[in-house]
Amino acid sequence: MHFEEFAEGKSYIHSLDPRIKIAGLVPFILVVALTSKLQVSLLAVIAGITLVLFSRINFIALLKRLYAVNIFILFLWLILPFTIPGRKFLALGALKASYEGIFYTLNITLKANAIILCTIALVGTTPIFRIAHALRCLKIPEKLVYLFFFSYRYITVLHEEYDSLNRAMKMRAFKPRTNLHTYKSYANLIGILLVRSYDRSQRIYQAMLCRGFKGKFPALSSFRTNKRDFAFLIFMLLFTIFLIMVETENFFRVL
Amino acid sequence: MIKIKGLTFGYTPEHLIFDNVDFQYTLNQRVGLIGANGSGKTTFFYLIMGLLRPFAGEIEIFGKVRRTEKDFEEVRKRIGFLFQNPDDQLFSPTVEEDIAFGPLNLGKTEKEARLIVDKTCKILGIEGYEQRVSYKLSGGEKRLVSLATVVAMEPRILLLDEPTTGLDQHFTEKVINYLNNNTSSYIIASQDMDFLKKTVNKIYQVGKGKIVENETV
Repeated sequence: MHFEEFAEGKSYIHSLDPRIKIAGLVPFILVVALTSKLQVSLLAVIAGITLVLFSRINFIALLKRLYAVNIFILFLWLILPFTIPGRKFLALGALKASYEGIFYTLNITLKANAIILCTIALVGTTPIFRIAHALRCLKIPEKLVYLFFFSYRYITVLHEEYDSLNRAMKMRAFKPRTNLHTYKSYANLIGILLVRSYDRSQRIYQAMLCRGFKGKFPALSSFRTNKRDFAFLIFMLLFTIFLIMVETENFFRVL
Repeated sequence: MIKIKGLTFGYTPEHLIFDNVDFQYTLNQRVGLIGANGSGKTTFFYLIMGLLRPFAGEIEIFGKVRRTEKDFEEVRKRIGFLFQNPDDQLFSPTVEEDIAFGPLNLGKTEKEARLIVDKTCKILGIEGYEQRVSYKLSGGEKRLVSLATVVAMEPRILLLDEPTTGLDQHFTEKVINYLNNNTSSYIIASQDMDFLKKTVNKIYQVGKGKIVENETV
């Protein structure tokens, strides 16, 4: 399993200090997530596309990720337009789709895609350990940072273990069907995976103790910030403020 | 250096892995432990490192009887233990950070730690690995890097648990080369008699609750 497919690259975005990326991204995401205005979401999508273009990441891999997110959103389209009351847009028998419902769902769709695009462009282009260090520099509680990091680190290992168990089952002519045998076999697989991950976590902890671990993680890599980083941060923050102004309509009053 | 008297241990009281075992190790000895699967080689190392506590008996290391976690913390600074499975040992994102983890825990500065990383990589013949991602290494590379993480702490004694299992000729040679030329105090648990013959001059047989010197080698 390869999660860091966007992390390798030499674009402007890749070269930014990860602390700056996170600091610029979080307020932006907050505003976009909370907005109720279609214009704001639309602007955010444009910002997302711009960032993605600047980061020059693999377009097909990106589409695959967006596809996964939008499948999820598709279900919202099946439900929300018909359940939010408002002016009638379309009637399918007893089901009524409202303008408000469609507007609401469209807004969610745009928001979600904007956030995913920006996150992939900024966080996805940073190797995971740089993110972990950056989070620590930004004074996120250490325990959360390590929880995040270790989950990531050992998901790959567990996935490999799952693969090998799954292969072992297949090699003995196992075919999943809708019967008790299948359910039992999968239950065993999950059970053994749990036991193994528990054992592994114990051994990792012991290995750390053997190397003098006393509850604190020393950091090795250091970050450097230059003008380009600050320029990016200022731009992101200004854009976020602009979005807030559009949201509150102050922008238009000033004009 | 390591003096064990009357060691008794088992994972269940009915089935003892060690029954009143005596064992002695002095510095600058190259020692091998050989024994069937499940004979207790790994368990023996765990007991020395204080990861398990014996039912009975005395473990004296560096002139002091070790009982509590605090006693063993000191032991772990001076005895390096290579785990059987490198995936248990390597947890940092990059090779460099993994190797630096031990030295930094010992209170070295970042600069010193980097020097140690460079030096260790050179000794083990894995220069250029520093920035690589630990979990994307091959099996052999992982083993050498996990050896590097242990060696970087400059331990007085090395405990190596099956260091060559799954290694090809090339990587095995590297391990042998390191052991013959760069260190002189270690205990190796292994099934591989050929490997042991090239690296140790004393072999103990582990099994049936005992650890006895194998005179035939």
